[in-house]
Amino acid sequence: MTLPASLRESTPGRQVARVGSFVLDAGRALRDRRTWAPLLLEQMRRLGVESVPIALFIALFTGIVLALLSKYIFTGAVPIYFVGTLVGKAIMLELGPVLTGMALAGRVGANIAAELGTMRVTEQVDALETLAYDKYAYLVVPRVLAGTLMFPIVTALAVALGVSAGYITSLYLLDLSSAEFVKGLQIFYKFKDIWYGLVKAASFGAAVTLLGCLQGLATSGGAAGVGRRTTLAVVYGCEAILVLDAFWAVVLL
Amino acid sequence: MIRFEGVYKAFGSKVVLDGLTLDVPEGGTTVLIGFSGSGKSVLIKHVVGLLAPDAGRVSVDGQVVHELDWDGLTELRSRIGYVFQFSALFDSMTIGDNLRLGLARRGLDESEMQERVAQSLRLVGLAGTEDRFPAELSGGMRKRVGVARAIALRPRYILYDEPTTGLDPVTSAVIDQLMVRVREELGTTAIVVTHDMRSAYTVGDRIAMLYEGRIRQVGTVREIQETEDPVVRQFIEGRPDLEGARDRVALSGGAL
Repeated sequence: MTLPASLRESTPGRQVARVGSFVLDAGRALRDRRTWAPLLLEQMRRLGVESVPIALFIALFTGIVLALLSKYIFTGAVPIYFVGTLVGKAIMLELGPVLTGMALAGRVGANIAAELGTMRVTEQVDALETLAYDKYAYLVVPRVLAGTLMFPIVTALAVALGVSAGYITSLYLLDLSSAEFVKGLQIFYKFKDIWYGLVKAASFGAAVTLLGCLQGLATSGGAAGVGRRTTLAVVYGCEAILVLDAFWAVVLL
Repeated sequence: MIRFEGVYKAFGSKVVLDGLTLDVPEGGTTVLIGFSGSGKSVLIKHVVGLLAPDAGRVSVDGQVVHELDWDGLTELRSRIGYVFQFSALFDSMTIGDNLRLGLARRGLDESEMQERVAQSLRLVGLAGTEDRFPAELSGGMRKRVGVARAIALRPRYILYDEPTTGLDPVTSAVIDQLMVRVREELGTTAIVVTHDMRSAYTVGDRIAMLYEGRIRQVGTVREIQETEDPVVRQFIEGRPDLEGARDRVALSGGAL
């Protein structure tokens, strides 16, 4: 599937056309459920479940630092229970999804680009096609769907741990009572705080996995090519997260 | 029949195929010879739609490959086995799963697949290796698994991309015998890409030489062996280009 020639003339145009064609081909491959469905669970485990430890590690320390920072900022100016507000809002709306997304852009994006890149330069992708498989249905769709489904789940766990870490830090290091922290947490709470972060996380998952697949399948030039494409997958994945973060802030807030 | 008609293919400014025309008749083995980088592998990738020509057309049994839609291409690929130069086995799968992957696509049930896998591995002399991984096998064994993966599908055509490159002479001879046995037992039509002339003479019914993007000469093994064409002679006898070598030596201040 190709886009109009005018879009492919300039370098940025060519890039957009390449991404556009790739997305269209991946979308077309969604129909080939017989190929991608049996592979989905395995990808959810590899890309999602195996990413939980790194996401929780980041969330734990983010929660602790955020509580300490809040106390430092609010002391003498704002009621101390706003520590709960800041920890909750910052982690649910921004830091949970974005930091988890960044960590997974490194782990998942690099993993996908390196794996598919190696398959590409060793002709395994060509071999797959000669066996009458659609490379998009076999390699791309299960990874992108797994990323889209699992990033919100990993993010939800990270948010829960981050807020809990902030709560425990407030109790034991900041002399806040449990009631004060919970009051702060509840005072401006909206259900949107939860779903906004999860929608963002799903879009980050789709972008990171899609870019990882795109870079992996575009690999050429042996080991050096795999290294170059892996780096690009991580860099573009992180950039995509920041752009999408701004996009959702404009559209949904 | 596989037919190449005026096939033109360039990568950037490098023209690889320059209006190449060749017919590969049904039955028998056509060997494609040529210097390294002359475009032999590029040519056979057109047959399974891994590459599309910039101009001209490649057809298999009357179907123009690059005009097929996805379903047509899938159906075409189910008739063609492809043996890759470096085997291209899926390294995360066992040998058995490598063979089963293509069979599963064709809707065979588990017992049929099991039987076909065992039969194909037996044919290439690797019975009992189903549970091993590609990394545990030697280069020659991996090549044979590549052949087994292709023949497991019972294709009408098999394309061998440099099947003996990088192998010792004895293992090369084993692969040559295997290609002959596959043709005799399964009756497949084959294209073999190689620059190993011993292999070409052993497995080929016809030999075609690719030179500067076109077919320089095509003929039976005997016709090629007796050719008067200086380029083909130089290639099959493995003689260096003496004029070129003399110039290069002179440029560096020496004499030949």
